[in-house]
Amino acid sequence: MSMCLAVPFKIISTDGEMAVVEVNGLTQNISIALTPEALPGDWVLVHAGYAIHKIDEAEAKETLKLWEEIHEASQY
Amino acid sequence: MKLHNTERNYSEKLKDIETLARGLPAVSIMEICGTHTMAIGRSGLRRVLPDNIRLISGPGCPVCVTHDREIDNYLELAKDKRVIIATFGDLLRVPGSKGTLNAARSQGAGVVVVYSTLEALRLASNNPDHEVVFLGVGFETTAPTAALSIIQAKSQGLGNYSVYSMHKLVPPALEALLCDGSVKLDGFICPGHVSTIIGTSPYTFVAEQYKKPCVITGFEIHDILDGLYLLLLQMRQNKAKIDIQYIRGVKPDGNPIARKTMDTVFRTGDVLWRGFGVIPNSGLHIREEYRDYDASVKFGLAMDHHYINEKEAICSCGDILKGLKTPNECDLFKGLCTPLNPFGPCMVSTEGACAAYYRYEA
Repeated sequence: MSMCLAVPFKIISTDGEMAVVEVNGLTQNISIALTPEALPGDWVLVHAGYAIHKIDEAEAKETLKLWEEIHEASQY
Repeated sequence: MKLHNTERNYSEKLKDIETLARGLPAVSIMEICGTHTMAIGRSGLRRVLPDNIRLISGPGCPVCVTHDREIDNYLELAKDKRVIIATFGDLLRVPGSKGTLNAARSQGAGVVVVYSTLEALRLASNNPDHEVVFLGVGFETTAPTAALSIIQAKSQGLGNYSVYSMHKLVPPALEALLCDGSVKLDGFICPGHVSTIIGTSPYTFVAEQYKKPCVITGFEIHDILDGLYLLLLQMRQNKAKIDIQYIRGVKPDGNPIARKTMDTVFRTGDVLWRGFGVIPNSGLHIREEYRDYDASVKFGLAMDHHYINEKEAICSCGDILKGLKTPNECDLFKGLCTPLNPFGPCMVSTEGACAAYYRYEA
């Protein structure tokens, strides 16, 4: 995990303060306590298991390209 | 120039930057986020920018600015058989004056890598006979997640969970750099995800008091080129304000809920930074009402501010974090200090300036 990286995920479902999010077939359980306005279908930036920001879909897809590049770059 | 348009290619954006740079003296621009450091390194941007535009790396890697005093504290804690250390993987190989978490783990210490404080909380509820201590390292992006875990632990009555807060704040470090004045700085590429939380107002002093332009910038190379363009444009127009290039990740007001969460659990205090010494009000201490979840109270961890590690005298990480030296100006770089055998934290962390230079710029 990189300490200032946040990755866009799409919210699939919510259950109170928790949500199931998905990107490229990868699903995760995260907390949406910091973005309570986020709903299923929304894209959020996820950092260390928590959504920290709600983004729009087109922007999220653009950001994903970068994440893949950085992920490759951080492999020693 | 139409900003934030990836259709415009890299070389066109560089040309725009060259055009702006022609009317400027030599300027130094500091980035203060490890992910920016990596992206700049990978893109080879330093080699293709006009000669009068210098990019320098600042104290943007939370692992790198973590002080030996803090590292030695948690290594001491790891020796306690009752304690399970829950940590982000970034800290495993960071050397204090007495070894690393990795070494402690190989000698039987309970060290578990987690990806979030949610996992650390689970670790505590699954191990009621142990004390789980989460190592809280990071800037404003990460601190709210640690704060939430403390609130949650309290509401669940999870008495065996605590956080060792080493969290630090970015704006006070900028102030320390600007106040110190030993490095000539003409503008800042401000961190994207820290700003997702704090918004623009904490940087206002940089523009108003010190007259330095700031641009909150995203992490793709296109973002960084756009960020540089906006910075140079401010310089050409003799302006100093806080621009947001990273519109998709940052609202001007940041994330007020995250800030309120931080403020509920933490108060600011003077803390040690590697390379800087004490920076006033730059750290987050756990408030009195949450003291039961504060590992430094629970385990009596020393917080003296007069702590010298002899290693620091030969390692240049401190000067590199302040932008006084580039990694290749350190005597240990690529010799005694490599990613496989790191001597200092800037080489250990994948986001450290030395690791980025080693991989891409050496």
